[in-house]
Amino acid sequence: MGPITPLQGYLLLAALIFAIGLAGALTRRNAILVLIGIELMLNAANLNLIAFWRYGPHPEALTGMMFAIFSIAVAAAEAAVGLGLVIHIYRFTHTTDIDQMNRMKG
Amino acid sequence: MTIAFYLIAAITIAGALAAVLLRNTVHCALALTVAFAGLAIAFLELDAQFAGFAQILVYIGAVAILVVFAILLTRGSETPKEGVFSKSWLAGMAIAAMIFAVLGWAVLSSTSALPNETARPAVNVLQIGNALMGRYVLPLEIVAVLLTSALIGAVIVARHEKGSAK
Repeated sequence: MGPITPLQGYLLLAALIFAIGLAGALTRRNAILVLIGIELMLNAANLNLIAFWRYGPHPEALTGMMFAIFSIAVAAAEAAVGLGLVIHIYRFTHTTDIDQMNRMKG
Repeated sequence: MTIAFYLIAAITIAGALAAVLLRNTVHCALALTVAFAGLAIAFLELDAQFAGFAQILVYIGAVAILVVFAILLTRGSETPKEGVFSKSWLAGMAIAAMIFAVLGWAVLSSTSALPNETARPAVNVLQIGNALMGRYVLPLEIVAVLLTSALIGAVIVARHEKGSAK
């Protein structure tokens, strides 16, 4: 296995950030920290898109860049609704601990 | 690989690890901002200026502030005495490590079929604007509708209804 190419370097960085985000989303008790982990995973996917766009054969077609920009917009909407839900649940249960949120009835 | 890449990778990974592992939730949000900034610098290093500045505006400017607001509104900054990690933290860590192993193996064992390693793409904002208003106008409109509905939905979900709160 030779030295890694720049594309492989960025893909490895994205994979590591994705794994860190997944570990955070799976292991933290606080619902806001779970959302932070999900944001990290979305960002890792964006880094993949941009890296493939940069090292792909037709960067002037802007496909990967547009995908990343739309992904950023969707992630912003997801963060707003997710944090709104956390605040709403907190108002009823007075906790953000996911281990204690074990029923769906309000 | 250049020194700049290793610096960016070190900053981003340190920020992400701190965001996931620190005990104080406010510190986690601040570390998350560092990770977002590192990713924005990585976008700039990849000659994607527009995406890099969009990352700074949206993530550091909006999402990180939103996370801090949510933490302060929910008293999430108080560290619970039973620990910050879930009971099944070992399984979660194992799953994340296995996924990283699979992804890393796939990346390292693949041969790059992409020829464009040296030529820097010359993309300016005019081209991006033309693409957004031309080829990508339908996704742009859909994202506009999505953002509007998400805004309305977030306000409705998080609104304090008098009398209904227990």
